[in-house]
Amino acid sequence: MSILADKNTRVLVQGITGREGEFHSRQMLEYGTNLVAGVTPGRGGQKAVDNRVPVFNTVREAVEATGANASVIYVPAPFAPDAIREAAEAGIPLIICITEGVPALDMVATYEYVKAKGARLIGPNCPGLLTPGQAKMGIIPGSIASPGPVGVVSKSGTLTYEAVDALTRIDLGQSTIVGIGGDPIIGTNFIDVLRLFQDDPETKAIVLIGEIGGSAEQEAAQFIKEYVTKPVVAFIAGQSAPPGKRMGHAGAIIGAGGEGTAQEKIEALEAVGVKVAKLPTDIAELVRERLSA
Amino acid sequence: MKLHEYQAREIVAKYGIPVTGGGVASTPAEARKLAEEIGGKVAVKAQVHVGGRGKAGGIKLADTPEAAEQAAQQILGMDIKGLTVEKVMIAEAVTYEKEIYLGVILDRGTKRIMLIASSEGGVEIEEVAKTNPDAIIKIAADPLLGLQPFQAQQLAFAIGLTDGKQARQFASIAMALYKAFIENDAELAEINPLVVLADGSLKALDSKIVLDDSGLFRHKDLAAQRDDSADPAAEIKAREHGLTFIKLDGTIGCMVNGAGLAMATMDVVKLFGGEPANFLDIGGGANAEKVAAALDIILDDPNVKAVMVNIFGGITRCDEVARGIVEAQKIIKRQVPMVVRLVGTNEAEGQRILADASLIPANTLAEAAQKAVEIAQG
Repeated sequence: MSILADKNTRVLVQGITGREGEFHSRQMLEYGTNLVAGVTPGRGGQKAVDNRVPVFNTVREAVEATGANASVIYVPAPFAPDAIREAAEAGIPLIICITEGVPALDMVATYEYVKAKGARLIGPNCPGLLTPGQAKMGIIPGSIASPGPVGVVSKSGTLTYEAVDALTRIDLGQSTIVGIGGDPIIGTNFIDVLRLFQDDPETKAIVLIGEIGGSAEQEAAQFIKEYVTKPVVAFIAGQSAPPGKRMGHAGAIIGAGGEGTAQEKIEALEAVGVKVAKLPTDIAELVRERLSA
Repeated sequence: MKLHEYQAREIVAKYGIPVTGGGVASTPAEARKLAEEIGGKVAVKAQVHVGGRGKAGGIKLADTPEAAEQAAQQILGMDIKGLTVEKVMIAEAVTYEKEIYLGVILDRGTKRIMLIASSEGGVEIEEVAKTNPDAIIKIAADPLLGLQPFQAQQLAFAIGLTDGKQARQFASIAMALYKAFIENDAELAEINPLVVLADGSLKALDSKIVLDDSGLFRHKDLAAQRDDSADPAAEIKAREHGLTFIKLDGTIGCMVNGAGLAMATMDVVKLFGGEPANFLDIGGGANAEKVAAALDIILDDPNVKAVMVNIFGGITRCDEVARGIVEAQKIIKRQVPMVVRLVGTNEAEGQRILADASLIPANTLAEAAQKAVEIAQG
């Protein structure tokens, strides 16, 4: 089993005719994702990705024609918040925004709107999610993943691939891999995904990959203490990061008062029994130890 | 992007917040002229993007226009923590009875815009948070409706402004600061201190605004005001190429895709006993040209003894990165050993392109870090 998406999820891509949108839609199709529609305003009636995917002008039309129930957004940052709201308004329950560089303030009202519509937003500025062997919704390379019992949730993209690759190499497959993104305001946080993994009977262990900035990891630690009984292994990036510098992700910054360091996050997680890896590639071995313990 | 005090003052004034008289000067003569216009006592304040300018002698009081000119003469050109002062702000020095703090921030936890006020102004809010947290009042603006006037009034009464007229003025200032925050895509807007004058009215003495870099595409005028003199040259050059680069003091130049992996790469270099020379995220989907520019920037640093390229392709394609490396090797003047680890999207094609290049290949992050550290230390 998996969380959030499987082979029956009917996927729509917003921005399917753009450079990134088309490239990754092709990869999604090749992975076997049930990609049913694309949206690019003004391109309705055409077919995209080697003539394989029907394109619609609006999300509403795409949903009516194809029954799409999840959307992956690749549209440029200035238009991404509107694309998210359009998907929510059209009744899409799962919206994944890959786009980087979305103005943080736009996400305040957008998050609230999505919530009011009863939808779930993942991202923005995230790699999306992958349910191995079933659905690739975003940019996580399918080749590194394999089906299995480990749930992975991460703020980072490429660092997640590192961990997933190491898991696959020692035959520990993944139930679902969720990249929640590194922006200050994101739709789905660690706690939301931890709850889903805890409640998913097929997930036997959980990997959490965090980084400096904010306090989402500390909140996750508290939640793990209260709710999660499955073994959790973590990695926190940015132990060598200087304070006051924004480390690539808009949210990855140690604050003026010294808050949000890797050390305090590691301590919070270890205090509730989470094993924290020193190397991202050590995560896999630690999961194996915890699973056989 | 940080704005200078004088730039923030112009913005808050534009939104109708009462500010003290003043302006910005680049020469002592301009400073004198401004002091004459203001009349009376003024403060001459260095405009640099570092903290502690007061302690460094970057703020002086002047009783007369002549004294202001003299103070500006001393401060302009002064070195404060490695930065040369190029502008001073001349601000009317007022006497006041009380200092208040007022700020607007984006709170990540609640995903709300938060108004913060404190009866203890004039000191860093982080300091008040430690010493007297009860003196800080926070109110979240509604995410769809925005800050409501009644909320701004609640804030006024909560910090002890019980006089009706004064509370109303405070509320209108809070509403204006919130509007300035929203309309300029700020991530922080604060007035500290907001002072209570002898007649009971309020005035902003010092304001600070930090803008969200992701929102700058909507504010070309503000983006043009960027003063990056505090940033190392390499960081400025990287920004022009759309790269995120942070200069550090080590000897191993790092080129990585993705911020999380870039941080982890630095951590692993350190774990193996090396010191990273930089943080560098080439971003998602970087093309060959960007990769070549990134390597060029890394090699500009004379401390760099080895380069570690760590690419795990998702949205970034390994073939594009490989082409960039080949391009860069054609143009770079300084030959430094380069450890390359390239996996993920279009990996095979990337490896093929690099087959003939003179590089040290590595399969894993740990292997790459180990090799780079050995070279840098050897």
